[in-house]
Amino acid sequence: MKRIYVREEWCLGCHLCEYNCAFANSGMTDMVKALRGKTIYPRIQVETDENGVTYAVSCRHCKDPVCVKSCIAGAISQKDGVIEINHDKCVGCLTCVLVCPYGAVVEDGSGVAQKCELCMKNACGAPACVKGCPNGAIVYEERGERE
Amino acid sequence: MNFYPEFEVVRSDSRCIRCRVCERQCANEVHWYDADGKVMLSDESKCVNCQRCVTLCPTRALKIVKSDCRLRENANYSDQTIKEIYRQAETGGVLLSSMGNPNPLPVYWDRILINASQVTNPPIDPLREPMETRVSLGKKPDHITRNPDGSIDTKLPPQLTLSMPVMFSAMSYGSISYNAHASLARAASALGIYYNTGEGGLHEDFYQYGKNTIVQVASGRFGVHKDYLEAGAAIEIKMGQGAKPGIGGHLPGTKAVGDVSKTRMIPEGSDAISPAPHHDIYSIEDLRQLVYSLKEATEYRLPVIVKVAAVHNIAAIASGIARSGADIIAIDGFRGGTGAAPTRIRDNVGIPIELALAAVDKRLRDEGIRNNVSIICGGSVRSAADVVKAIALGADACYIATAACLAMGCHLCRSCHTGKCNWGIATQRPDLVKRLNPDIGSQRLINLMDAWRHEIKELMGGMGINSIEALRGNRLMLRGVGLTEKELQILGISHAGE
Repeated sequence: MKRIYVREEWCLGCHLCEYNCAFANSGMTDMVKALRGKTIYPRIQVETDENGVTYAVSCRHCKDPVCVKSCIAGAISQKDGVIEINHDKCVGCLTCVLVCPYGAVVEDGSGVAQKCELCMKNACGAPACVKGCPNGAIVYEERGERE
Repeated sequence: MNFYPEFEVVRSDSRCIRCRVCERQCANEVHWYDADGKVMLSDESKCVNCQRCVTLCPTRALKIVKSDCRLRENANYSDQTIKEIYRQAETGGVLLSSMGNPNPLPVYWDRILINASQVTNPPIDPLREPMETRVSLGKKPDHITRNPDGSIDTKLPPQLTLSMPVMFSAMSYGSISYNAHASLARAASALGIYYNTGEGGLHEDFYQYGKNTIVQVASGRFGVHKDYLEAGAAIEIKMGQGAKPGIGGHLPGTKAVGDVSKTRMIPEGSDAISPAPHHDIYSIEDLRQLVYSLKEATEYRLPVIVKVAAVHNIAAIASGIARSGADIIAIDGFRGGTGAAPTRIRDNVGIPIELALAAVDKRLRDEGIRNNVSIICGGSVRSAADVVKAIALGADACYIATAACLAMGCHLCRSCHTGKCNWGIATQRPDLVKRLNPDIGSQRLINLMDAWRHEIKELMGGMGINSIEALRGNRLMLRGVGLTEKELQILGISHAGE
């Protein structure tokens, strides 16, 4: 399946992906209205390591996902490889946040968990972070399966 | 003396979402976030109007405008002239500038119009009929020689074959970044054209693009060694540069770091100063010695280009070069770009490329030596129309560098000499260099050249010409508008209506 991959050698640490993500998942049509004056809870987050290297982290859509197994409410499922969270079912125990080895599951600001769903459910249609990255540092491509 | 800044940062607070992209992307540190007031603030005195922030602002909350706070109007002493005097009174220094001459001097390309066929001679539709844009550069034989068996001797002196008559002009590794060089090399290779190393040597990673590389030998001889010469498809001797005729080059020690110093073969941190003259060339005979030394070193496999700036006696100089054994002459006009040049030289020395090119082509034809050399025209070739006009004036091919930089993201802010290029081109700062992803840079260069090739074919087709070779020196295809008798005479074209 197609997944999001990060090429840290081209990441500029501009954090635009975070804002594009937050906007894409806001359900609104205007970025200013969606994000101005608000704290954003993006599903992709730019990390900076001790050497100043920056890279964006989002869900890997693992083949054998621990988050799905850990969910006590059965809110996390995998459909055609894409891992999704049913927000109505989520009870906000955040076990998935703890168990994700990549730190890709985060709290959404309202107490429940959220994660990258490849912009499949929003109006964007394709990952907004990829489309908006100015330097081709985030790509959405087929690279074969992995564990 | 403090001036009101040249540019103003206009931020629409009602649109700003405080994402701080502007702050993170500005190498000049114009923007910052004030956590107390929860607002973005800026110091516009540091702004060079490169528009990196404007381009990346996701909500279009930013624009950079020219400040209207000017000194009292004076047609003789302009605001800029006065401020330059203030700056020099303060520092005692030579003013530095980058990129090409921005002054409103005549652009002859814009005063030349191209012909098209109507009624009596049919235009050609390039979408339906084949069009040849391929050119080969090098010495052409002036007579046919036959082998003992009577067959024609088809062996030619070394040639450069280009899929279209445009190449990327010399920009050294050092003056531009590794990623900019990678973009140029990859694009040239994919397009079947050439890029030029400039006087900075050839990074070992780019030897693989050797058959699309022109290696330059300039007055400082930086980075020149046997493998370097043999790596390229042609060798260019740089005698001069359009942006700064008569002077050498100076790469500040701060840019001669890491691989740049290694590639140039100079100690890290040392200034790379290219002398104004080649210390071994004081005559055409001396030039001939260097041409043949380089040919000898590469076993006569590679054509040798001699690049000169367009100056007053360019026709006579070119005539000399055509007799020096060089295969190709590159002429660089006074609007050509640079990574750094003294402002007074850039803006006041040299002549327009259009006049220089026409004069050289005519002189070589008159002397019957035009086929001794090919002519490359450079120094602000901005579009496919300029290319077509240059070819019709007598060029075999054009060099582009400013247009290539623009394709890679340059916004012509003319601050290359600061070394803080926000677009990752004219800088060696690793965090800035990585802003130019060669995957993107090379693709944009390829797109630009593809577009130009289509346009060249359209323009040629309109004239009823299906081969670029048939356009070369075909000045009947050009007419001047608003030019004086003298200008028309030098350009060798008629006025529109004639």
